[in-house]
Amino acid sequence: MNKKNAPRTFLQFVMQVKKKYLKQILMHLLILAAVAVCVYPLIRILSVSIRPGDKIVSTDLSIIPQGASFLSYMKLLQDTNFLRWLWNSLLITLATSFIGVSLASTAAYAFSRFNFLGKKSGMVVLLSTQMIPAGMLILPLFLMIMKMNLMNTYLGIIIAYSVSSLPFSIWILKGYYDTIPKSLEEAAMVDGTGPIGAFYRIILPLSTPALSIAFLFNFTTAWNEYLVARVVLFSSKQYTWTLGLFELQGQFITQWGMFAAGSMLVTIPVLLVFLYSSKWLVSGLTLGSVKG
Amino acid sequence: MASVKFLNITKKYGENVILNGIDSEINDHEFVVIVGPSGCGKTTLLRMLAGLEEITDGEIEIDKLVVNELPPSKREIAMVFQDYALYPHMTVRENMSFALKLRKMNKAEIEKRVSEAAQILQLTPLLERMPRQLSGGQRQRVAIGRAIVRKPKVFLFDEPLSNLDAKLREEMRIEIAKLYQNLNSTIVYVTHDQVEAMTLAGKIVVMNRGIIQQTGSPLDVYRKPKNVFVAGFIGSPTMNFFRGKLVKEKEEFYFLNESLKIFVPAYALPEAEKYVGREITLGARPDDILTGEKSVDHQHKVKGSIEVIELLGHRENIYIKAGENRILATVDAFSNYSPGSGIEFSLNYQNIHVFDTLTEQRINP
Repeated sequence: MNKKNAPRTFLQFVMQVKKKYLKQILMHLLILAAVAVCVYPLIRILSVSIRPGDKIVSTDLSIIPQGASFLSYMKLLQDTNFLRWLWNSLLITLATSFIGVSLASTAAYAFSRFNFLGKKSGMVVLLSTQMIPAGMLILPLFLMIMKMNLMNTYLGIIIAYSVSSLPFSIWILKGYYDTIPKSLEEAAMVDGTGPIGAFYRIILPLSTPALSIAFLFNFTTAWNEYLVARVVLFSSKQYTWTLGLFELQGQFITQWGMFAAGSMLVTIPVLLVFLYSSKWLVSGLTLGSVKG
Repeated sequence: MASVKFLNITKKYGENVILNGIDSEINDHEFVVIVGPSGCGKTTLLRMLAGLEEITDGEIEIDKLVVNELPPSKREIAMVFQDYALYPHMTVRENMSFALKLRKMNKAEIEKRVSEAAQILQLTPLLERMPRQLSGGQRQRVAIGRAIVRKPKVFLFDEPLSNLDAKLREEMRIEIAKLYQNLNSTIVYVTHDQVEAMTLAGKIVVMNRGIIQQTGSPLDVYRKPKNVFVAGFIGSPTMNFFRGKLVKEKEEFYFLNESLKIFVPAYALPEAEKYVGREITLGARPDDILTGEKSVDHQHKVKGSIEVIELLGHRENIYIKAGENRILATVDAFSNYSPGSGIEFSLNYQNIHVFDTLTEQRINP
């Protein structure tokens, strides 16, 4: 604070502090409101999942209800195929993410570094696929997977998933590669790698922030996907958790307790992946490589 | 160590000709500086030598082996990039040992070479740092270190000092000169800075518009520039040029334009008779404009008036207006001239340069 702006009276001082903090306070209020909107449903689900069976449809709003228990969780794990569904989901999601990210990372590299016919239009076409609602793709996907004889298989759904998130991943990665100076690869090639070696040894390690974003995107979309799975998978053993949970919804009775318990459990893997990958999301890794 | 040969090298981007028939030879252990204004094709030539740019036509030989089809990794060259191009995810040590590891060299040897290079470049305390933790000069040294450890056949430097500030640039220039004395290897160094070229080179290659203008020792290029471009490009401050005609009066030759008449002694232009009446360009470096007591030729003094005086410290730049011509004379400091006053000068005839205006080629020996 310089002398000119120094407060002369207590009132002025208060005004100055107010001005300085008003913006921050408002911003924090906004953020808190957003957090509340996000977290409130989760808390409600948590509270439903631990309610005793006779209070499932009560209007009680306390977070930890009277007679809370983990009975719904036990029932879910013992009486249903829930673990199997979780396993299926995990397998499909991980496979999807790895395949999706590896395909995207190499494709994006080509888009970023090489000149070829249809480079520009290719990027536009990729982008335009994102404008088509998922529902419209169900039928063609169904037909293709059926023709490939991959109905009700992991492979069928893995192909469908990993391909559908490719455009997004390619765009993200291409944008990131564009920021990496070309001279790094050239230096690597002069140092003795081939073009492919330069990609694996230099470009990929430098792209971890973008790669983890692409991985997270692939992971969460595949993990939460319902529509395509509904069409491709039809035996309960092959179900992902999204389909499995709907098994609990009967024609006459829906087991809301188990439903909520399942919903709570499936957030755990995503949470873990987010926490783990957050350390890779630090940007500015390329800082200091070239002049600056 | 090895020699390098360019044979009729041509580079085109579509219809755009970047390099047009470059022929040059670089001997073993030679420090060659390729110098020219930006866009003259010098960096392209270097990148072609490195294998980073395709060759449209012609051949490049390293150590008597045509390398046109060899990838950069097989050419046994090391390159220092303008922007350093350090691998940001590796420490200084890893940066320097990267190439050696790729060659599957044993660990002890890698360690030995890295510590040797680090010692030469005073990088030993920085070996475990990341590039982002280094200053510009340090990064530059790491980039050079990365080249040294390889013990390549040829070192390539692509404007390595252009990103450094003036003081650091001077220091690094000395470092590179020292390095050359120690390594005694073949170096091809590209720069647009003629001071770097003059101070570092064993041989200078001056390029412009995709063509080699002159090749020679720094002194050669400075004293006997082959054409107007080289004369104007090499030397700082720039040479003064006068455009006019050669005339003969009473058995003496004079350079004449609308406002200047300058005596041209016969020894400075033995073939003067041949050029009488033709358009010539007279060149004289600011140091060769002699004023005051230094001006020896009292018979043929040229008159002008002083426009501006710049004091550089030990020297003074005097801008002289003589008719339409502005002439720069560099004289000893504190010469007691003042702007606006008249001045008389003559040229140091031994060092004048005469060019045919039409062909821009040098015509005096």
